[in-house]
Amino acid sequence: MNERDNLLEKYSSRVFKNRKSHITQLELKDETDSITANTRAIPGIVTARGCCYAGCKGVVVGPMKDAVTITHGPIGCAFYSWGTRRNKAKSSYEGEQNFVPYSFCTDMRPTDIVFGGEKKLEEGIDEVMQLFNPKCIFICSTCPIGLIGDDVQAVARRVEKKYGIKAIGFSCEGYKGVSQSAGHHIANNGLMRQIIGTGDRKPKEKYSVNILGEYNIGGDGWEQERILKKIGYEVVSVFTGDGSYDTMKNAHLADLNLVMCHRSINYVAQMMKTKYGIDWLKVNFIGIGATCKSLRMMAEYFDDPELTARTEEVIAEELDAISDDIEYYKSMLKGKTAGIFVGGSRSHHYQSLLRDFGIETIIAGYEFAHRDDYEGRDVIPLIKPDADSKNIEEITVTPDEELYTEKYTEEEIEQLKAKGVELDTYNGMIPDMKKGYVVVDDYNMFETDELIKSMKPDIFFSGIKDKYAIQKAGVVSRQLHSYDYSGPYAGFNGAVIFGRDVTMSIYTNAWALTTPPWKTAPLLGGRIGGGN
Amino acid sequence: MLDLTPKEIMEKRHITINPCKTCEPVGAMFCALGVESCMPHSHGSQGCCSYHRTVLSRHFKEPAMAASSSFTEGSSVFGGRSNLTTAVKNIFDIYNPDIIAVHTTCLSETIGDDVGNYIMDLEIPENKTVLYASTPSYEGSHIQGFSNMMIGFMKYMTEKTSEKSEKTAIFPGWVNPGDDRELKRIADLMGINYLFFPDHEGILEMPMSGKFKYFPKGVGTPAKDIKALGTAQKLIAMGQIASYEPAEYLDKQHKVPFTLIPMPIGVELTDKYVMSLREISKQEVPATLEDERGRLVDLMLDSHAYTYNKTAAIYGDPDIVFSFTSLCIEMGIVPKYVITGTPKEEFVKQVKKLFEEHGLDPEKSVIKADTDLFYLHQLIKNESVDILIGSSYGKQIAKAEGIPLVRMGFPVLDRYGNTIQPTVGYAGAIRYVEKITNALMDNIDATASDEDFELVM
Repeated sequence: MNERDNLLEKYSSRVFKNRKSHITQLELKDETDSITANTRAIPGIVTARGCCYAGCKGVVVGPMKDAVTITHGPIGCAFYSWGTRRNKAKSSYEGEQNFVPYSFCTDMRPTDIVFGGEKKLEEGIDEVMQLFNPKCIFICSTCPIGLIGDDVQAVARRVEKKYGIKAIGFSCEGYKGVSQSAGHHIANNGLMRQIIGTGDRKPKEKYSVNILGEYNIGGDGWEQERILKKIGYEVVSVFTGDGSYDTMKNAHLADLNLVMCHRSINYVAQMMKTKYGIDWLKVNFIGIGATCKSLRMMAEYFDDPELTARTEEVIAEELDAISDDIEYYKSMLKGKTAGIFVGGSRSHHYQSLLRDFGIETIIAGYEFAHRDDYEGRDVIPLIKPDADSKNIEEITVTPDEELYTEKYTEEEIEQLKAKGVELDTYNGMIPDMKKGYVVVDDYNMFETDELIKSMKPDIFFSGIKDKYAIQKAGVVSRQLHSYDYSGPYAGFNGAVIFGRDVTMSIYTNAWALTTPPWKTAPLLGGRIGGGN
Repeated sequence: MLDLTPKEIMEKRHITINPCKTCEPVGAMFCALGVESCMPHSHGSQGCCSYHRTVLSRHFKEPAMAASSSFTEGSSVFGGRSNLTTAVKNIFDIYNPDIIAVHTTCLSETIGDDVGNYIMDLEIPENKTVLYASTPSYEGSHIQGFSNMMIGFMKYMTEKTSEKSEKTAIFPGWVNPGDDRELKRIADLMGINYLFFPDHEGILEMPMSGKFKYFPKGVGTPAKDIKALGTAQKLIAMGQIASYEPAEYLDKQHKVPFTLIPMPIGVELTDKYVMSLREISKQEVPATLEDERGRLVDLMLDSHAYTYNKTAAIYGDPDIVFSFTSLCIEMGIVPKYVITGTPKEEFVKQVKKLFEEHGLDPEKSVIKADTDLFYLHQLIKNESVDILIGSSYGKQIAKAEGIPLVRMGFPVLDRYGNTIQPTVGYAGAIRYVEKITNALMDNIDATASDEDFELVM
């Protein structure tokens, strides 16, 4: 029996029935590589998943530095999402407000739950205006808000009218959808409806891009911008790491959307394609090979010999600068195996970077991905909406009469795709994995534990909730949500830091000290022959 | 850092900025982790459980196992009964703890889920226990959640009895595993036979062995000790806010008289603990303990020149802030700002009384409950202090204003080894007198001109 079946066998029939379609051991030939995803987690199973609020406030809108994000609800959610995600931000110009180090909350009390919290929210916003006078306010709802019927959108409209600023209400109550993913979608809808397209500052450079689904964890976005700017691209806006309301307004004036985290931002990419005709390119700046490939796809897209030459020049220069370090770390890491359980993109992205060092990823899984993140966007028409996904609003956009422009015809796009330019599409994680490897959707603690025991990876990449359990079992464990407070890991310089960190964790001296000497040395030293 | 915080203080009534507290359920989860073979269970959305496990893991640098009812929109409309029923079945099937300790959330409280009733209808395997505590996030703070969960355990598990044993119940309050160990060591030295609840020693500080166990045996408060709490002849409860309601409950329901004392931090408050134990065991304080105390007082005298008349901002949870205020006073430090986010006015009264007992004027300091770190920062901008003492969340203020910070309480997210060592007892005070003095002295070095730079201090 293979590792997957062995694991599933330990479940009761009820749980088995549910989990069997979420776990697959790859054959890569027949249909068995299909997976069930984005469905309810089983109560009590110790899922790693978070909630809709975490996806909306924590992931997508929270990092927007010049906006005050108010958590409307009791204190907890605002507390936990304060300064804990490492979405770095700094003011882009003197005087730009950066609210990332702050946490704002209506801190609701029993009377607010009983009598409603709208008034408190509005008065709270008055206080925020008096203290900071921001140009943009986001309101993120937590669980009780929808239940007691507070209308955060109406409050946002009144605030816009009263103060002449941008205000958006997000109904991202924790119970909506089945994971953070619902919150991403809700956030995408709000940004698309109310921010993108409201500015008119045109890019100055010949070629301009937005980076979508990049949250600047550990400074990843900054490393990407460094490389892109070196080649000559203008980065109009980043969604949303170190991003801002100020730049996102003009996102629709960029030439191309680069998509990093497909799961959390594909809605915006797709809607901008429909509304403004902007193509999106699935890039991956995690990994040296992946970064080179992404840069070359971009050059191919713009089809300008000068840009292509500059791209190659920069790649050569960057590779030259890091090659000694990379060779060293590769010599330390080659042949190791890894497992990766992260959110909705990194489990795929990091396989490229690990491969750069000769590490194979034999277990991979997502917390909150959808089938397209595993199998590619071709499966989207096959996904049947269920009660939970139907509750999340799908917004429809139509081509903008003034601003819609197509760079390429559909036929030309097909030609580009044939050349390997991943335009307006994503092929998912599974095609990049090998036969026999295990893929898990909505992984839980038990499965993590069991798979580590049976497949024995040398290193496991996961989050803080699993980290110490894995480490205590004697397996090297690193966080890929927070990078264990290191990074950046993106781009060329990031690859070196990643190699250094992984080498450090595998070879750290304390591993050799786990077993005390008395566990292996007998207490009574015998002496053959006796007496002296 | 925090460049947007204005100096001018505006009274905020509707918005909390940079909180100095969190919500009830995490306190309940923490409490339940201190019971042997117990899985905490969060009855609400997945996010609550995920956030709570995360903050606990970041503080203790340890796994914090807990499960969730994983509410969806449907359960929020129709109630969470089936989610809880499924969860309990799955937890026993897959993870197999002896106890599941359910706590509620703002979601399940707002929809009015009757968890007590749901539990009565559950099929619970033999020798297993499912219990619950109500912890609505919109009331109190994480400290209240901790107390409520303690009461939850006692409601379900503590047996009614008229028999009394020789044992003393000890409630340590919200402390780290290193503190549990120290409190028990002192009780052992004083010859006390105790029931210690809750007890995180060995759980949220699992030794590295190459094997991970979800529910290690022999650590945490055993079920039998919770059951036997009613037999205790006396209860020593520490932490005047966190342990008050649980102590009252045990007294009212099981006739166990209690002595409520502050968290034993510093000389006088540790003395109170030792004296309470002495009164029970009728045993003289052993020389080891007296020597420890002596070394602490000696250290305070040796170092007083660097601490006397310095000013401090102390912030965090009410009980630990109270006790650090006492320690600071013993060191000659003036507690300028004494602040908690927990909405308990009792805290203000207690601290004011402490000031008066030591001849300090409470009106010259700001002593406030139910406030936030934004306010503390504004106070500091108007009149700075020499040292900040509190959780990691003060590090922003420390950096912004160039003030040294000594970390204590919950959560400390950016230090290793902190939670396995004591804060309480004479040993804990020795550790903190050293930390506070060092921080002040390092600051003298860092800011001294070359000609004033001292080698010997």
